[in-house]
Amino acid sequence: MTLWQEIKEGTVISFAALRANKLRSGLTTLGIVIGIVTVTLMATAIQGLNSAFRASISSMGSDTLYIHRFSWFNDSHAEWLKAFRRPYITLDQIEALSQQATLIKAITPFSDCRLPVTYKNRTSKSVTVLGCNEQFVNIAGNTVAEGRFFNAAEASGGRPVCTIGSGIATNLFPNISPIGKKIRVGGSTVEIVGIMSQQGNFLGAFSLDNQVIVPMRYYTLAFQHVSDYEIHIRVASMEQIEDSKEEIRGILRKIRHVPAGVEDNFAINQQEMFISTFNRIGGIIASAGLFITGLSLFVGGIGIMNIMFVSVAERTKEIGIRKAIGAKRRTILMQFLTEAAGICLFAGLLGLAIAFPLTLVIRQFLPATLSLPIVGLAVGVSLFTGVVSGFLPAWRAARMNPVDALRND
Amino acid sequence: MALIQLTKISRRYVMGSETIHALREVDVSISRGEYVAIMGPSGSGKSTLMNLLGCLDTPSSGEFLLNGSNVSHMDDNQLAELRNREIGFVFQSFHLLPRSDALHNVELPLIYSGMTPSLRRQRALDVLAHVGLGDRVHHKPNEMSGGQRQRVAIARALVNNPSILLADEPTGNLDSRTGDEIMVLFEELWRKGNTIILVTHEEVVARHARRIIRLRDGLIASDEPSPGASALQAVEHP
Repeated sequence: MTLWQEIKEGTVISFAALRANKLRSGLTTLGIVIGIVTVTLMATAIQGLNSAFRASISSMGSDTLYIHRFSWFNDSHAEWLKAFRRPYITLDQIEALSQQATLIKAITPFSDCRLPVTYKNRTSKSVTVLGCNEQFVNIAGNTVAEGRFFNAAEASGGRPVCTIGSGIATNLFPNISPIGKKIRVGGSTVEIVGIMSQQGNFLGAFSLDNQVIVPMRYYTLAFQHVSDYEIHIRVASMEQIEDSKEEIRGILRKIRHVPAGVEDNFAINQQEMFISTFNRIGGIIASAGLFITGLSLFVGGIGIMNIMFVSVAERTKEIGIRKAIGAKRRTILMQFLTEAAGICLFAGLLGLAIAFPLTLVIRQFLPATLSLPIVGLAVGVSLFTGVVSGFLPAWRAARMNPVDALRND
Repeated sequence: MALIQLTKISRRYVMGSETIHALREVDVSISRGEYVAIMGPSGSGKSTLMNLLGCLDTPSSGEFLLNGSNVSHMDDNQLAELRNREIGFVFQSFHLLPRSDALHNVELPLIYSGMTPSLRRQRALDVLAHVGLGDRVHHKPNEMSGGQRQRVAIARALVNNPSILLADEPTGNLDSRTGDEIMVLFEELWRKGNTIILVTHEEVVARHARRIIRLRDGLIASDEPSPGASALQAVEHP
């Protein structure tokens, strides 16, 4: 008898056995049902958290590099101290880089500070003021909603013009169009030439719409003479991102006079780092959550094991008969394993049916749906639980001596 | 060569500190086509002998050759395969699967031997018709009389064309009329060439066999042709 035949035969037998003990089977499945419901909900919530994060992170653009003295994520305080001692990146270095780099689409220096912004009698106390060049609009994952971005001539001329975020526009100009109006930023006056479209906030931390963007030349003149500049670069193509990084690294090392064999005194950051860090932390949360919910499945599994022991005991004679007429150990083992797996599979499907409406509730808070992989996971986990918890009872059945089993009444 | 050859077979059971000698160096030889009854009071070792002959158990010492293969040292799975192929069991209390219909009960040995569904179904139906239950194939055991149940059990025993039909008190749970019918069926099967071993403590039943082996205290007390066989034969088949 092949394994496949044994499973098929086992399925037929277990269906008959389950039908014969409806109430008992139903009660036994309860533990597994609850376990599967919690596991499914937990997995759905984790997935929802993931996609919420991804939606947030997409504002960074996957083909964008962020170069700074500091790496976004430091593994230790010592590493942070080392980065702290690195020399600033200067505007001249950025200029040289933009001359020499070939595998890039756009490049801008980047610096920001927080200043109050006033129009007539209305004031926003703390606004992010960004200094950059005209290419910024091609790098940030954002577009101009109204008016225009400042142009190359205004950037190189250091003109007092700005593009404002949609938040500033609605706060300071509730009724009129801000284009052409002059606002006071810190102690200087700049003219609004355009409004960016709404972007929302970044990981719930700060608003990307509460910004005033000015030409870097004007920024250094009016707000910060020397600052710790960053470089934002959009690479020529996503496929070549590694080549671009290598090229930029080589040029920067040369410009910043890093001797061979000494590590970089700058860091090339990208969206991926956020994702991998999130994945690491998210992974820990997910495994802890799934472990805790897994405990309820474990309890359910013990219930299954218990009931399978009862089932084996009360069918001792049947086992004896089957063995007498030629059932091998494996055949009996498979029969009871199939039965345990069948109970758990049924419980798993029932659990999914209960979990589905509950995921719709979660959906109110997170972009979560009961996805196919989660359904697969739930089915797989329930089958696995069945096989594991059914094994010991099935093994006992398989090892029974036919003479003793037949004598049992 | 004998179909069954037992040489100095012993079977001991250890019960706590005591060792029970159920069989003591028994020699038995049974040829193909024989109709043998094994008799003896309880405790004589007859059940032990039946378990050994049915390959449900292995001897503590001695050699058991069945159809040329040595059973004495086989493991669980080899014994299961051997039982499936060589032995057809008929038990006193029928031992049918209560939730399965007659057809499925009879099919079971064929399922374990790995026969394809269509073939085994046909074979099971044929054998059921042969024992006179062609119109009862979808009845479950509790929907049948004792005699019918025993016929299902006999059909199940025959379905794999075993070398030996091993019947343990086959009429023990039947009234005498039904019991007689079952014995007539055995007689018929024997005449068709089946080897039958009957384990019983009833003299009347044993007389249907052509040879009677009597056990006492784990030893063979006598082994001789059945006294009633010729007389019975004269009555039933004049």
